[in-house]
Amino acid sequence: MRLLNLFKIAFKAIVLNKTRTLLTMLGIIIGVASVIAMLAIGEGSKESIRTSISNMGSNMITIKAGSDTRGGVRQEASVMESLTLSDFEAIREKSTLLSYSSPMVDGRGQVINGSNNWPSSIYGVNPDYLKIKVVDLQSGSMFTDAEVKSASKVALIGQTVVDNVFPDGQNPVGQMIRFNNIPFKVIGVLEEKGENTFGQDQDDVVIAPYTTVQKRILAIDHLNQIVASAMSEEDAPNAVLEVSEILRTQHKLSNADEDDFHVRSMEELISTFSSTSEMLTLLLVAVASISLLIGGIGIMNIMYVSVKERTKEIGLRMAVGGKGADILMQFLIEAILISITGGLLGVILGLGSTVFIEKFLNWPTSVSLYSIVISFAVCAVTGIFFGWYPARKASALDPITALRYE
Amino acid sequence: MPKEIIKIENLKRSFTMGTETVHALRGISFDIKEGEFVTIMGSSGSGKSTMLNILGCLDQPSSGNYEIDGVSIKDLSRNELATIRNEKIGFIFQSYNLLARTSAIENVELPLLYNSKVSTEERRERAIKALEKVGLGERLHHTPSQLSGGQQQRVAIARSLVNNPVMILADEATGNLDTRTSYEIMSLFQELNKQGITITFVTHEPDIATFSSRTIVLKDGNIIEDYQNTNVQSAANELAKLPKQDD
Repeated sequence: MRLLNLFKIAFKAIVLNKTRTLLTMLGIIIGVASVIAMLAIGEGSKESIRTSISNMGSNMITIKAGSDTRGGVRQEASVMESLTLSDFEAIREKSTLLSYSSPMVDGRGQVINGSNNWPSSIYGVNPDYLKIKVVDLQSGSMFTDAEVKSASKVALIGQTVVDNVFPDGQNPVGQMIRFNNIPFKVIGVLEEKGENTFGQDQDDVVIAPYTTVQKRILAIDHLNQIVASAMSEEDAPNAVLEVSEILRTQHKLSNADEDDFHVRSMEELISTFSSTSEMLTLLLVAVASISLLIGGIGIMNIMYVSVKERTKEIGLRMAVGGKGADILMQFLIEAILISITGGLLGVILGLGSTVFIEKFLNWPTSVSLYSIVISFAVCAVTGIFFGWYPARKASALDPITALRYE
Repeated sequence: MPKEIIKIENLKRSFTMGTETVHALRGISFDIKEGEFVTIMGSSGSGKSTMLNILGCLDQPSSGNYEIDGVSIKDLSRNELATIRNEKIGFIFQSYNLLARTSAIENVELPLLYNSKVSTEERRERAIKALEKVGLGERLHHTPSQLSGGQQQRVAIARSLVNNPVMILADEATGNLDTRTSYEIMSLFQELNKQGITITFVTHEPDIATFSSRTIVLKDGNIIEDYQNTNVQSAANELAKLPKQDD
């Protein structure tokens, strides 16, 4: 009852000073809006990094041969030949958390078609590879397990390769190309994927059965990598552990030995990149918070002036029976109302500018509920914090002095 | 025998100004009974304002006793004093002290806002009644800037009546008004007094005192005169005697 009355009094005071109230709110409005917009931009860029990494194969796990010491000399990982086909088979058989897996050997060379040639990479894989990398075909079809077994000279090529070795627009499917002078029959064209996050052209690639690449191009019988995909993104970290265990058994490593291989999930990559963008977000939010703080000081300033200006009114209220606590509450409610209304308007402006940024500046944004809740809570607390001092001052006035104040 | 509203015994009030002690009131005793219309007179520096502050429970005596409606205000806290002011005293000020840009009715409702025993409906009802009593039943929603000085003081009088106080305390209530308007206001006070409302009027204008039933004159912190007015003038009659205005 009493609180409701005080609420009415405070509300009336705000309505009577519309312009001033609005100007006071402006600080809070801009503060809240910028916190929300900054967080939205930060979240947005984080998410876009996540999606673009996911596009490279959402649950992908990469297993590479690790460095080892031979005769006291540390060796480069790429020269290691410790990853073998039997490792791959062990992983495929024993793992429970992987949905697909593929051996992988890679090399570079020249793709030649008649008078056109183009330097590219060749990846030797099995038919699961497309599912792991989440790549579709534009045309043609993937090679089969039988073609892998027989080390057939068939290949799929990416768009960049198509553009460079088939410049006159003929359909490459069914055509013959040569890779390092080994003839391959093109049986499919990969869907265009563009550049990945690291600026690498994902379409500049030739894919062939790993057996073919091993025997005919590289003349090796070990694997460069094993790629696999976990059942789900959540399974990825456990799948990494599982695969490590299998490989340790496979390589007969004792407990004291270090891993002679590396198992990485995309998740790790994502978190590395996310933390960079998180730093940036934090910086932006820190700047935005300062404007929220300045908004709070604005409220204190106006409330302070308001108390001075209404000294006589305060005296009158006290004379007719207003207690110190009533006066305190009146001004505190006023400050809180201003900051909460400002906060609400700020949320609206923040959401609006986020939409604007997304639509017209083409920046990825993502508004999170917590940014709204936090900035709103902060501005309510700001109202209480900065409203308290002037309100306390008002309530401590001596009624006689206040009544005589001119 | 009418009830005693105010009981003051050997009341003293002194202030410390730097190293000096100023004795504003030096031992004052008097009573005010229910239904009296008392003017407290005195020139500036006589202790009049100090007396008013203490009567209005805005200030407390240094020594001596002050009772209002049977309650001794000695040793009451700030909050308890506020409650006494809210329930027992109606204030009227020289400069009206109305809330700007606020309608007459909301101004009158103000004291009741601080009394949680009064409901919203009752508050509105009592405010309308009080405004009708002072002849402003037609101007409930006018703001102070839309009202003349006399009308503003009427709103203030309505505000002082709304909490059914045991005493109305007026501080130079006609000080800002011209002769005609101040007679009008005095005639309103006389009317209210006839209805049984106790009024204490602090003023320095001698002709105002002629409308009251009793006058207390202060000088240098002491009462030098306290007399019943045998020949109370009617403000309504005085008003009629004034030359007619053209407009």
